[in-house]
Amino acid sequence: MKAERRRTLANLWLIGPAALAIIVFMVVPLSMMAWISIQSRSYGGGVEWGNLSGEAWLRFLFERELDDSLAWSFNYLAIILRSFWLSLITTVLSLLVGFPTAFFMATRSRKWRTLLVFMVTLPFWTNLLVRNYAWILILRDHGTINGLLLSLGVISEPLPLLHNQFAVAVGLTYSFLPFMVLPIYSSLEKVDLRLVEAAFDLYANRWRVLRRVIIPLAVPGIVAGSILVFIPALGSYVTPELLGGGKTLMIGNLIGHQFGAARNWPFGAALGLFLLALVLIAMTIYVLRGRGAEARS
Amino acid sequence: MRARRAAGDAKHWPGLAFGAAIFFAYVYLPIVILIVLSFNENRVVTVWSGFSLEWYRMAFQNDAILGAAINSLLIATVASVSATILSTLAAVRMATTRFFGQTGMNALIALPITVPEIVPAVATLMFFASLGVTMGLGTVIVAHTVFCIPFAYLPIRARLEGMDPKLAEAAADLFANPRRAFLKVTLPLLMPGILSGLVLAFIISLDDFVTTFFVGGAGSTTLPIYIFGLVRTGVTPEVNAISALMLLVSIALVSLSLFLGRSEHRT
Repeated sequence: MKAERRRTLANLWLIGPAALAIIVFMVVPLSMMAWISIQSRSYGGGVEWGNLSGEAWLRFLFERELDDSLAWSFNYLAIILRSFWLSLITTVLSLLVGFPTAFFMATRSRKWRTLLVFMVTLPFWTNLLVRNYAWILILRDHGTINGLLLSLGVISEPLPLLHNQFAVAVGLTYSFLPFMVLPIYSSLEKVDLRLVEAAFDLYANRWRVLRRVIIPLAVPGIVAGSILVFIPALGSYVTPELLGGGKTLMIGNLIGHQFGAARNWPFGAALGLFLLALVLIAMTIYVLRGRGAEARS
Repeated sequence: MRARRAAGDAKHWPGLAFGAAIFFAYVYLPIVILIVLSFNENRVVTVWSGFSLEWYRMAFQNDAILGAAINSLLIATVASVSATILSTLAAVRMATTRFFGQTGMNALIALPITVPEIVPAVATLMFFASLGVTMGLGTVIVAHTVFCIPFAYLPIRARLEGMDPKLAEAAADLFANPRRAFLKVTLPLLMPGILSGLVLAFIISLDDFVTTFFVGGAGSTTLPIYIFGLVRTGVTPEVNAISALMLLVSIALVSLSLFLGRSEHRT
């Protein structure tokens, strides 16, 4: 009994501080966000506490007319759908570029693998803002690509590469690509290459081996990688802010703007909560699926 | 038999090396272009005309940049050290004990890296503002400490997983009390993990933009915030110089961290 109490006390003193920091400065603010999303907005920024209102949630689909009646409005829905679309493109692009890379890494010798993993991880630790800024230098009208094409005489007018969906998709893929490569690599790394040899021995051609042996073995990595790319892409702020224009706003920017010029905290809170819910649902499904797979094997 | 196989070696696939080459070019060329352009003498930043250190000199003489750099270092130091202390305590206990709700605790510690940063950033802004706290260095340090915790925690935890629990038991057998056993045996062995976590937390804090942007105020301008302000108004060669410097600092630090983490395999 006494030992039990001492153990609980030790847990409290050692794990407690870290847990408390996250609870007080992250869980509590996130919960408060739910409460704020059903308050009335105060036009000077902030909210009128206790003055409950569903206005923020109505804004997802409606807008107030001058006579105070509600009218359908799909401006915000369009931004949400565009965020999904851009995140989906990002995920597919990452998979297309990432899969061959991960497969290539898995077939190298041990020494090479360590180096390659390091090279894939490294950009993640460098400044995201700066890496996106580098793409401004590359894509803008007098940037690297246009400069090169103009001087080669391929084009006579600069191509509009920046401030559009193309730029955002390129930037998002660039930002989150390592998250696709590493999980696929760790799935493929465990694959016994003798299985592949065996398939070849059984007269399977390369395409068949890829489709019937390698891709099925890589599926857990592909699923994990897709979630790890899709979620941060969906909630990204920096890339659309720098590389996008007015017509490529994503949910993250819409949230951010509610705390800047728009000064609509309840709507910002509602959008934040919506994004949070999407992420938590995706993660829960993923974890439960993983448990199911573990139980089956 | 070998000759009759439909297609040869499992290790060699046509196009695979090419795909990987495209990947690494995609990932590294922008970084290289940025660094090269930061040494460009020409004021029109994307036209190369000659080598120059002029923009670095200007950046180092700019008081606003120096002030932002000091803020960045101050915030990253305090936040990463606090997060590392909290994480070390938690990790040591989490690795040696089993209790009800431990999975939930793991999820809680990982929460800051699970959620897209913009959401906790604006939530923390509303939290502090509702309490009447003025945004500034203090709020930024607190917010950074929280999101640094998982980055410091994970390497420490990984190091603990690789450690032999028999060592601490041996110390206990030799009549060391738990505190002595921890300080003399566990802590020194854990040091590479702690340092690796500390460096990673430091980099993450140093590079952060979103949280700082929303939770910060007057007097908490960091280098990323300063860069963002300049980039919004246009591309200048000075921005290239500070940006290139920030990339190089991160690359140096992460190499250091991984080097520290790797000593794991030798013990």
